[in-house]
Amino acid sequence: MSPTLQLTAEERSMLAGEQGHAVKKSMEILAALGEIYGARRLIPVASVQIAGVSYDNLGEPGLEFLDEMARDGRVRVLTTLNPAGMDVERWRELGIDEAFAGRQQRVLDAFASMGVITTCTCTPYLVGNLPRFGQHLAWSESSAVCFANSVLGARTNREGGPSALAAALTGRTPEHGLHLDEARAPEVTVEVSATLHDETDFGALGVVLAEKIGGRVACLISVGDGAGLEELKMLCASAATYGGTALLHVEGVTPEAGRCAAARVTIADADLVRARAGLSDEVDPDELDFVSIGCPHASLAELARIARALDGKQVKRETWIHLARPLKSVADRAGYTRAIEASGARLACDTCMVVAPLKGRFRALATNSAKCVYYGRNKNGFRVLLRPLEQCLRLATGE
Amino acid sequence: MAELLRGRRIHGGRARAQLLVSGEALSFFGGVDPDTGIVTERGHPLEGRSVAGKVLAFPHGKGSTVGSYSIYRLARQGRGPAAIVNQVCETIVAVGAIIADIPCVDHIDLLRLEDGALAEVDADRGTVEVLDR
Repeated sequence: MSPTLQLTAEERSMLAGEQGHAVKKSMEILAALGEIYGARRLIPVASVQIAGVSYDNLGEPGLEFLDEMARDGRVRVLTTLNPAGMDVERWRELGIDEAFAGRQQRVLDAFASMGVITTCTCTPYLVGNLPRFGQHLAWSESSAVCFANSVLGARTNREGGPSALAAALTGRTPEHGLHLDEARAPEVTVEVSATLHDETDFGALGVVLAEKIGGRVACLISVGDGAGLEELKMLCASAATYGGTALLHVEGVTPEAGRCAAARVTIADADLVRARAGLSDEVDPDELDFVSIGCPHASLAELARIARALDGKQVKRETWIHLARPLKSVADRAGYTRAIEASGARLACDTCMVVAPLKGRFRALATNSAKCVYYGRNKNGFRVLLRPLEQCLRLATGE
Repeated sequence: MAELLRGRRIHGGRARAQLLVSGEALSFFGGVDPDTGIVTERGHPLEGRSVAGKVLAFPHGKGSTVGSYSIYRLARQGRGPAAIVNQVCETIVAVGAIIADIPCVDHIDLLRLEDGALAEVDADRGTVEVLDR
């Protein structure tokens, strides 16, 4: 044991195996990470978000590990789950094969038996896991980590699947990194002189930030009043994907923003234009066979826009809208589901194009998400077009 | 003569096996075949060699956090390394070693390790002993 990490009697009991195998394994993970990162103690967490859910990424060994933990593991705090590799109810309609569905269901069953709420969304903050300013969390899902730190002002490091599960089963996380004031202080001030028109500009901004600030904590000024929920979740998803960013101070948004750093960089229109160009490939209109919206999962306002854009139209290309299941219930009641599905587009809950097994199914993708561009290209081998939501839907209907 | 290197315990246990040493970081998700233990990353110094049963030494892990599960998968199939030695262990490898129960030590100067030599890792004490060939 490192001399710096002090465990309480309760935590030592967990480590000694007195509270079961899963708690012992969890405490081993947390103590080792605490030692590696020089934490002095473990701290309680208010909630956990677990990534590493799709069977496409976990495989049989990941499932075996979860089964092993599920034998006697039980969550001690509110714990929600990332998207799975399929819509849990409509997987067959979305072309998922039976063998995959069976294995994916076993993953979800293992999580559920530990008391994890199988929300299956990357936007826990839209479905009831909504931390407040200053609360300590152990979240994985990089876009949600960046959103929790930057928009909500909660405190979490970028956890991996197993370390987040370990936090859930013990209610604790090592106190280091973004749990501490010193690691949250801005190191560079970024003046955004570029005009941000729509969500794709916020995605492109994430790419430029990754290039210009690297791993430093940035304070963004002059982002403008146009940054609402949808734009901020796009920005966070993109900055996390391309730069590993876990915290951005956005002037007028981040609760603790205020004191900015002396070092300055500027992001101009030319930077954004270049980044946007880099986020699309040459795609022949005939080649485009997939349109995907909802990365991160769609908000109510986005669902309303999608319903409006597709009302009375017919899509000519496979079009998937990804969302959390609770928002689908609201969309049903608001009439959005009817308008969207009458067009031939599908609402795919519980999953998304990043984690579903889609390699080889499509050639070219149109999306409004810069994060989706990254995984479309690198994980699935698609050619991609980054366009704002309404333009994506016009491509879908062939207008 | 045998040389004793002192580092830091990441996950306890002991192992005695041949060293496999890489000067470059290793990704267990996508960089190592999870069924055979053979390094598959193109251009990697260990490309084509197997980590199975070796005292595997590399500076640190890289890539997706899913790599922790890949280490677990290797170990479950009997294709995992006998021990892991790092310069600086990070989350992916540390968590992988813990869930797979592989002895793991870091803060070791890898330049003192000779590929192919026999080594004894005592992770509980945080030591790596390079034995005579």
